[in-house]
This record gives sequence, C-alpha cells and structure tokens, in this order.
Amino acid sequence: MAVERLFKDEATEEKGERARMASYVGAMAIADLVKTTLGPKGMDKILQSTGRGHNVTVTNDGATILKSLHIDNPAAKVLVDISKVQDDEVGDGTTSVVVLAGELLREAEKLTMAKIHPMTIIAGFRMAAECAQKALLQKAMDNKQDPEKFKSDLMKIAMTTLSSKILSQDKEYFAQLAVDAVMRLKGSTNLESIQIIKKAGGSLRDSFLDEGFILDKKIGIGQPKRIENAKILVANTAMDTDKVKIYGARVRVDSMARVAQIEGAEKEKMKEKVQKIIAHGINCFVNRQLIYNYPEELFADAGILAIEHADFDGIERLALVTGGDIASTFDNPESVKLGHCKLIEEIMIGEDRLIHFSGVEMGQACTIVLRGASSHMLDEAERSLHDALCVLSQTVNDSRVLLGGGWPEMVMAKEVDELARRTPGKRSHAIEAFSRALQSIPTIIADNAGLDSAELISQLRAEHHKERTNAGIDVISGGVGDMEKLGISESFKVKQAVLLSATEAAEMILRVDEIITCAPRRREDRM
Amino acid sequence: MALAFDEYGRPFIILKEQEQKSRLRGLDAQKANISAGRAVARILRTSLGPKGMDKMLQSPDGDVIITNDGATILEQMDVDNQIGKLMVELSRSQDYEIGDGTTGVVVMAGALLEQAEKLLERGIHPIRVAEGYEMASRIAVDHLERISHKFDFSDADIEPLVQTCMTTLSSKMVTRCKRTLAEIAVKAVLAVADLERKDVNLDLIKVEGKVGGKLEDTELVYGIVVDKDMSHPQMPKRIEDAKIAILTCPFEPPKPKTKHKVDIDTVEKFQTLRQQEQKYFDDMVQQCKDAGATLVICQWGFDDEANHLLMHRNLPAVRWVGGVELELIAIATGGRIVPRFQELTPEKLGRAGLVREKSFGTTKDRMLYIEQCANSRAVTIFIRGGNKMMIEETKRSIHDALCVARNLIRNNSIVYGGGSAEISCSIAIEAAADRHPGVEQYAIRAFADALDSIPLALSENSGLQPIDTLAEVKSQQIKENNPYYGIDCNDVGTNNMQEQNVFETLIGKQQQIMLATQVVKMILKIDDVITPADY
Repeated sequence: MAVERLFKDEATEEKGERARMASYVGAMAIADLVKTTLGPKGMDKILQSTGRGHNVTVTNDGATILKSLHIDNPAAKVLVDISKVQDDEVGDGTTSVVVLAGELLREAEKLTMAKIHPMTIIAGFRMAAECAQKALLQKAMDNKQDPEKFKSDLMKIAMTTLSSKILSQDKEYFAQLAVDAVMRLKGSTNLESIQIIKKAGGSLRDSFLDEGFILDKKIGIGQPKRIENAKILVANTAMDTDKVKIYGARVRVDSMARVAQIEGAEKEKMKEKVQKIIAHGINCFVNRQLIYNYPEELFADAGILAIEHADFDGIERLALVTGGDIASTFDNPESVKLGHCKLIEEIMIGEDRLIHFSGVEMGQACTIVLRGASSHMLDEAERSLHDALCVLSQTVNDSRVLLGGGWPEMVMAKEVDELARRTPGKRSHAIEAFSRALQSIPTIIADNAGLDSAELISQLRAEHHKERTNAGIDVISGGVGDMEKLGISESFKVKQAVLLSATEAAEMILRVDEIITCAPRRREDRM
Repeated sequence: MALAFDEYGRPFIILKEQEQKSRLRGLDAQKANISAGRAVARILRTSLGPKGMDKMLQSPDGDVIITNDGATILEQMDVDNQIGKLMVELSRSQDYEIGDGTTGVVVMAGALLEQAEKLLERGIHPIRVAEGYEMASRIAVDHLERISHKFDFSDADIEPLVQTCMTTLSSKMVTRCKRTLAEIAVKAVLAVADLERKDVNLDLIKVEGKVGGKLEDTELVYGIVVDKDMSHPQMPKRIEDAKIAILTCPFEPPKPKTKHKVDIDTVEKFQTLRQQEQKYFDDMVQQCKDAGATLVICQWGFDDEANHLLMHRNLPAVRWVGGVELELIAIATGGRIVPRFQELTPEKLGRAGLVREKSFGTTKDRMLYIEQCANSRAVTIFIRGGNKMMIEETKRSIHDALCVARNLIRNNSIVYGGGSAEISCSIAIEAAADRHPGVEQYAIRAFADALDSIPLALSENSGLQPIDTLAEVKSQQIKENNPYYGIDCNDVGTNNMQEQNVFETLIGKQQQIMLATQVVKMILKIDDVITPADY
C-alpha cells in the first residue's frame, strides 16, 4: 500500500536511477555551458542580469558565468560551488574544474549504463586521482633557487593565464605588469595592497602600473594641488558636527540667543578639533567620513590638503601604504604615527582627476590603472588581471610549475592508463574512464580553437608515449608543439586543485541515490 | 465516521467539526501507520553501511545538502505524515543520546513494523505483538551484554579508539581521510575527557569549518579558533603570553536602563558633557590596561573613537565575539567573563601562550587562533574542505566520530559491527522464542526476522547477494558458536569482524534496539487517526 502523503505538498522525491540521471544531466549541462570558454581560443558569454537596468557582462571567466546563473538542479549547484571555491582559493582554473567534473560524470554515466555500481566507480576514481596527483608531483619543476628563472616562470604563467582572456592581445605587457605587481608583495598573498583602478577611455595598452598609490578623489577647492614631502594623517572621525554620544542627551533651549550660543560652541569645538589635527604638523589630512565646509575651510586656511569621504578600503590601504595609523582621537599628537610620502599631486587620467601619492614608505603596495574602451571591457580586464594576480601570488608561495597546453592532462592520463592496466577487477574500467576524462580537456581546447581534435590528441598521445616529452597543443600554429619552447606554463597548485576538487565533486554527485526537494519557501507578497 | 443518534434519529456531534476531519480506525489505521513508517525507513535503507549511498536534499531556500547521516536526512526531509514525524523523532533521539547509529535505528524500526503487519494480518492483536516485541528486545539487550567485550585503551594507546572512530567514518563521504579525522576526533575527545569520572563534555570541542583548502588540511587546534579578526587592521597580528580580558560590555558610553534625559541648555553644559564623554573612553581603556590585559575580547562593538584609543594605547582587541565562543575562550584561558569595566581585576584575566591571526586563500578571510591556553581543556577542530557542502558533511561526520569516542570513554564495552551483533541476537531470540508459551511467541520470532534486516540491507548496499550472504554468515555463527561473524562489506576477504576491527559501542547498539522497539510499540497501539482535512 503506497503512502499517499509522506512529504509536504510540493516536495518532490526522486529515487535511484532517476535521481542519478537528474544529477548527471544537470552537471553535464553546466559543464557544457562553460566548455566553450576553455582555452586560449575559448569564446565569451554575454550575461544579462535580471535586476534593474539589465546590466550586461561579457566574460569568459568560469566562476563569473556560473555565479550569475540561476540554477535549480541540485547537482549543478555542486559544480557552481566548486568553481566558486576554486576562485577563492587559487583564483584561476575555474572553468577547467567544472569541465573536468562534468567529463568525469559523463564517463561515470556510461559506466553506470554498463551496470557498474557507483561505489566501484568512486573507488576507481579515487585511485586514479591519487595516481594522477603523484604523476604531477613528479613532473613538477621548481625554480625557486634561481631567481632569474623563477621570474621567467612567473612571466610564462601570467602569459598562459592571460592568453585565454580578453587581454590576450597585449598579454606580454599585462603579464609584465602582473609579475611586477606580485613581486612587490614579496611573498605575501594579500592582494589587497594591489589596487586596481578602472578608467574608461584610451586603449588597453594605456594601462600602467603605478608604484605609488592613487586615490580616486578630488582635492578640495583652494587647497594646494601639490605637496612635497607630505606628512599624512589618516583618520576616521566625524568632521561634520561631533555628536554627543551619551545616551539620552538632548538640547533644550528657551531662546534664540541660546541657540546661537550653542551653535557657537559647536563651531568652537570643531575649530578646536581642527586645531588639534593641525597641531600634528601635517600637511595632508585624509578622512573616511564627510568633512563639512567649515572645517574644510579651516584646513584650506592652514594650507593643508584635506580629502574627505575616502572609502574604507581606500583608508586602510592608504594607512598601509604610507605607514601611518588610522586615528580617531587627536589629543596626543606625539604618539600618532603619521604617514609619509614624497609627493602628493593631482593627476589626470583620461578626463578624471585623481590624487596620486608617490614615493611611499612601504614598497609593497602599488596601483594598476586599467584603461579600456568600455566599462564591460574594463570589468573583464579586471577579472582577467585578478586571475593572473591570484595565480602568480600562489605560485610565489608554491613555486612548482608545470607546462601548459594540455601537457599535464596527457601526463596524468598516461600514468592513470598504466594504473588501469595493472589493476584487476571492475575498478579498472573506472580508472580508464578517468584517463579519458583527463584527455577530454586538451580535446576541448583543440575543438574550441577550431582544430581537428581527434587527429591532434592521437598525435599528442603518441608523443607522450616517448620518455620525457614536452608536447602539448600549440593552438596558434594548430599542431603539436614543444611547450617548453613556446613558453607555456601553468602553476602546479592550480592544476592540483582542479584535479582534486573535480574528483571530489564528481564523487559527491555519484554517491547520491535519492534527491528530496523540499517545498520552496513561500514568500510574502510584498507587492 | 462514527456517528451516534439520539432517540429521534438526529446525529450527535462528537468531534468538533467532525465532517471536516478525516479519520482512520482499527486495522486500517494500523496499516496506514505501518506503511508510512516503512516508507521512511525505505528511504534510509540504502544509506546504511560503509557502501551506503548519499541523499541529496534541497532545502526550501534552494540550498543543497548531500549527506548519508540518517538524522540529518530526516530532519531536512520535510515530512508531513504524523507517523513519519515519529520516525524523525526517533532518529533524533538516537542522535542526542548516542550520536551515531541514526540510520540503523530507523531501518530497524521499519523492519519491525513490516513484521508486525504480517502478524496483524494473521489476526494477532496489536497489543500482543507489542508485548512480544518488548520481551524480545529485552532478550536482545541481555544477549548483547553477554557478547560484548571490554575494550582497553589508555591515554598512551589510542589506537583502539581510533579504529572505532574509523568504523564510524568509513560510511561517510570523508572515508578518504578517515585515518586523519579519526585521530583528530580521538585526540580531541581525550583532551577534554575526564577519565576519572568517565565523562566528556562535548561542548568543549568546537568544530569550526572554513571553505577552501583540502580535507587533509583539517587540523586539531589545542585552543580556540574564532572567526573574527582584530578590530583595527593595524593591531599586532601575533601576541605572545597574552593576558586576555573577556568583556561583555561595549566600548561605548553607558546606556543606563532607567529612563533619563540630559538637557543641554548652556554652552558650559555642552562642553562638560563632551569632556565627560572623552573621559569615558579613556577610563575604559585605562581600566583594561590597569588590570594588565594585553588583549581584549569583547562581545559587543566598539565606537570608532574607542577603537582608535585601543590601537593607540597598544591594546589589541577583538569585537563582536559570540556568547558561546566567549564562554569557550573563558574556559580555555581560565579567565572570567567580566560584565563591567570596574570589575576588571588581574585575577580575572585569561591567559594564553599565543594568540595569532591567520589569513586564508585569496579572499581576505582571517581567523584568530588562541593557543597554548592556561587550561587547555577546550579544543577546536578546524575543518577545511572543497566546498560548503563538504564541510557541513565533514562536521556531521566528525560529530558522529566524537560521539562514538565519548561513548567508549563513558562505557568501554563494545560489540562487533558489520551486522554480526544483530545476527547473533537474532539467533538468540529465535532460540528463546520456542520456549515461550502463548501468542507472543510469534511476535518474538518476528522480532528475530526484523533483526536480520540490518545485515540484509548491509549486504544489499555492498552489492552482495543478500539472502545467500546472510544465510551463510548465520550458519557460520551457529556452527562455530562465534558471534563475531558479520557481513564483509568492504570485500576484505574475511567476515570475522574481530579481525576486521569493526566495532560499535554496546550502549549504542542497545539504545538502537530499545528505541526502535519503543517507537514501534507506540505506533502499534494507535488505532484511531484523526486529522483535520485540508483546507
């Protein structure tokens, strides 16, 4: 006797084969969606938001595409999640990880059709992933000892990363930019100290790396436009009227004269505060909050450059860059550390005036100013540059490097294939399938470039059968090429993360044999 | 529908709004209940054992959870049926009491219901069935006691404990690094355990997760990890020999609870008020300084000015730390939670050898590690993993492993797993049934059959021939009079669970049988279901 209603209305339940099919289909659909963006000749996607204004984004960054999708299929959500994590953790390879997981599931589907139990498939995948990781570890090169070589490695990685993005035209230029910026960080992965400012206008080539700090603010009227040997006080304080914070306080007056007096007192108070600030012996004052006209005037009188409304990030970065404290009280000037820089001046980028702090104390920070034809272009350029910066900063910490262009996948596939031959039992099917999934990555890269993938992959496989080969797909010439000569490199850390998270995700989806969807939460109609 | 008529033939209304309620009575009610219970059990059946499958659950908000933890599945499942809810409660109470075996208990209850249905069809009264079950469960519990083993471990030799935790973890998604996680769990439990009193306060173990990294990066921190950073970006990121002031009062001007007004009507008053305000902040920081604190942990926020003053006076501070975390910090560092600045004294400060801020990944996530605490009784298990789902699942798995380790410390008797205990009980009950006069005999025998369903499900999930395997193992047990034969789920090659090192705790198993029996008894006793109709 079937139970009529075990679940609430609208809750659905899918079991066994159906559940598995639903998750395979969902995951593969997502993988197919981003598949065409893979590789140096990958295509872009236009995303239109449903929000107000229907903003348009043009991108080929996997994580960005997936983030903007509204997905209902739970398995697809798992894939979106891994690409997000990949983005957070290593910054690049967001497309690869989804495509690999999708390919793994595609192979797994065939195996389940052939009546192999998902648990057996998982066991095989696990063995294969372990073996592939070992193969990568063996082949990874580490040039940490040799700074010259290391720098050229970084350069190559940056170029490889950028070659699949919008910046590919000027990849050498931007790679240099990114490497310079990351080298300044001296091993820290804190990308916050690299500031990216986007200004529409000009061409991508006009972008530049600035060693100082640029604040997107205007200098107050009547204040000096150029200060040498600036002493900067970075503050976070109210420069409108200082509110009385004691609870329950209120002003109660009985005549107009009194109002005037209190107003006077307030003004006096402000003046006092400004005096105190000036007493620090500064010639530049940057505040996170608003500065009213009156104090601004006072500052102008004292010949101090006052900048209001610098946002929180800006303030923190400025404090970091100039080596000053962020101050909120001004009673003891001797103990507040002031920031220093050689020169503050107003510069023009395109049509906008910005404040430029150069010759700062801390050499770590820098600003990258991106120029480009349109805001979409700039957004995409920023994303690309961010990817490159992330990868580089990770590589600085873990300096192992692999070749690119499908080389690591072929190396892994070869090892995994050998493992399959050695393994008895049904698991070997799964291991073989893993190797096929790995090979599909170079296949897709070739397909996206409009090359004959079947031909290329078989050539590549033959090449890889020899000992020590550097063969990979040369998308530009459309053949098999020596990746070392072509200078195509990838970070070991990224590849490893792709391999591990894709396997993990595939495993997670494979283990599911039932999907229970709760009734969607009803939203109150607020129309 | 029950209707009563008075002498004129008019119907009495017995139930309020009777016509709007649907009602099931007698055998129909029992059958409906049984089938509902079985439906729930059927869902969980495939999740049992080391090769059990996972369920994917989509919550009302669209979040996805993938798990094979019985309690979690049931809790998220949005069950509407009353009996279904009872089953959910059942697994929850197993979760609270024991923390593990939540799937097993539901499968067991489902099997008991299935057997009961057959008996009801034969015309045996439900109460007799219930009584028979009760007797059988008593036999089973006693039998478990007999076949149980004392289990030796000590602080130095944690290996047996690790093995047990590994059994628990082997059925979860995290099997890949079960060894590491099991060791972490055991070490964590031992760190907080009071071996004298045989008590473990699991509250002292904090499980914190952060997306990113690998599962292998999961670590045990002898101290506290707080998902917070210093209130001011320029405060020192590393403090050695920290003296910690743990405050529950905000760094803000006081807000007296009594209603009051401060009227400002002259310039002087305005100025004195201002000075007063500054003095407040100064005093607060000074009081912390005076007590000798080198780190302030506060439950509330800081005013910008206070924040700067703290920075200025070189007193690092952490704000918005949750109540539970605050308590843990207090326990770990041996400090006292201080509700007022005035009450801050040097004795009330907590001590920690090292406080450091650690950042992760490319995003600017930072966490605060408080280590080498004065009283290292509180520990944190810090989980890393590919994504949020993975971390949640790992958290649940770790929780199960922790519970198992705790149960072993409380009571170190074990029985062997892999269905061996159930098979052994089933044999014992079967033998006892024949000696029992009366109708209950049938129910007792049915109970034995129901116990078989656990090894059946195990072998089914492992891809073995269920009936063949069970029959083989059972005959082996009787022939060799050895209760350690179970189902060889992992294809190791032996089905002696003692050799495979597959244990479960005795209390866990006993609890499973007792809870399942109780719920089934309750369901059997229901003969009338009245539900309000849908509108």
